[in-house]
Amino acid sequence: MTAKDALTERYQDLLSVYLKAKTETTLYKGQQFSRKLLEQQISPEDLVSLHIQVMDELFPDMTEEMRDSFDFLLEAMIGYGFAYREHQSLRDKQQQLESEIEVAASMQQTLLLSDVPEFEELDIGVVSVPAKKMNGDYYNFVKSGSSLSVAVADIIGKGIPAALCMSMIKYAMDSLPEEQMKPHLLLENLNRVVEQNVNSNMFITMFHGVYEPESHKFFYAGAGHEPGFIYEAKEDRFHDLIAKGLVLGVSRTTTYHPYERIIEVGDMVILLSDGVTECRTSKGFIEREEIVSLIRNYMDLPAQQIVQNVFQELDRLQGFELRDDFTLIILKRMV
Amino acid sequence: MNLQISQHQINETHELHLSGEVDAYTAPKLKEVMLPLTEKEGSVVVVDLSGIDYMDSTGLGVFVGALKSSKANNSSLKLRGMTDRVKRIFEITGLTEVMDIESGVKGEAL
Repeated sequence: MTAKDALTERYQDLLSVYLKAKTETTLYKGQQFSRKLLEQQISPEDLVSLHIQVMDELFPDMTEEMRDSFDFLLEAMIGYGFAYREHQSLRDKQQQLESEIEVAASMQQTLLLSDVPEFEELDIGVVSVPAKKMNGDYYNFVKSGSSLSVAVADIIGKGIPAALCMSMIKYAMDSLPEEQMKPHLLLENLNRVVEQNVNSNMFITMFHGVYEPESHKFFYAGAGHEPGFIYEAKEDRFHDLIAKGLVLGVSRTTTYHPYERIIEVGDMVILLSDGVTECRTSKGFIEREEIVSLIRNYMDLPAQQIVQNVFQELDRLQGFELRDDFTLIILKRMV
Repeated sequence: MNLQISQHQINETHELHLSGEVDAYTAPKLKEVMLPLTEKEGSVVVVDLSGIDYMDSTGLGVFVGALKSSKANNSSLKLRGMTDRVKRIFEITGLTEVMDIESGVKGEAL
């Protein structure tokens, strides 16, 4: 017996039971039967033709008008049949797209993965978690000579366009000559690349810094990025790490201001994306002071544990549903 | 979360009054209304943001797009009435330096 014969038989049973007793239970079974029909990919007009076949067998002396009316119904159902098949094919396409996005997301992770370098003077912690499959935050560490370069960027918009844009940033950064690793010059260069290549309502915010272990100087510059924090161990105080500048991609001739400061033993440089400060809880937005006090709670731990603990707390406060990509980096001077 | 846009026109001046939130969901709606206005040469587009209590970076992107369009098409774009929260993100991103923003910020919505 084919699957279709089995369905016909089952439909005939249900229908004849219902016509005899007209119980709610049989009606309910009819409803459940429609799920089985969907599973077997029976289209709406197939069901009508099944109904005709069963009615023919149950009532061989059905009036001609009745019989003809079913044929008419069958024709009238054709449009629904098309809609049903279109739905099927869209579902297939959607599955295909989803699996392609899956592949792209894992490719992005491999491409953009930035190893956290081993650095004698600095204890480094990083957490970067995407809100959706693809991460619109970007961070990058490069050891160049004895210095450490660190960048955090946020591409406006989320998902695939942001991720593609980020790959562009990565390759633009990789191809800049080493002497242009001064943060403000690097931003000026990237700004020109971005301005030429992005859609008019996209832009990128970025913070770039270079730590020079000989002088313990931290050189930095910012392009409209959410300010991080500096922890000054000597005074036991947190300050905003302000680096003013226009976001990348708005105006080709933008220049950036160079900033620098001395990092003492025990000081921390804290970099973040706006996913950290734009955390929305049931009580409203998280204030920057709350982030500082979270960091303070854990600041005696190694840097990686600090960032992980802070992330976990903020994730919990948001009901474990990130609205925006989240990146938090801590550099702590050890010696 | 929603965005209401009301629009008035006097000669070349188009005034948009926004209220609600400008985020990834409502930004396309704002773009659809605002961008064509900035594409008309000589037009003055004034956007009142006093009813906006939240704007995310996608919303900011719409204003960046409108700014570029007004420069390319010789129109002008003015923003006014930002609440503190909205003003902060225009400041952080450096956009206050390149945009025409009327000072005299109103406080949080009445």
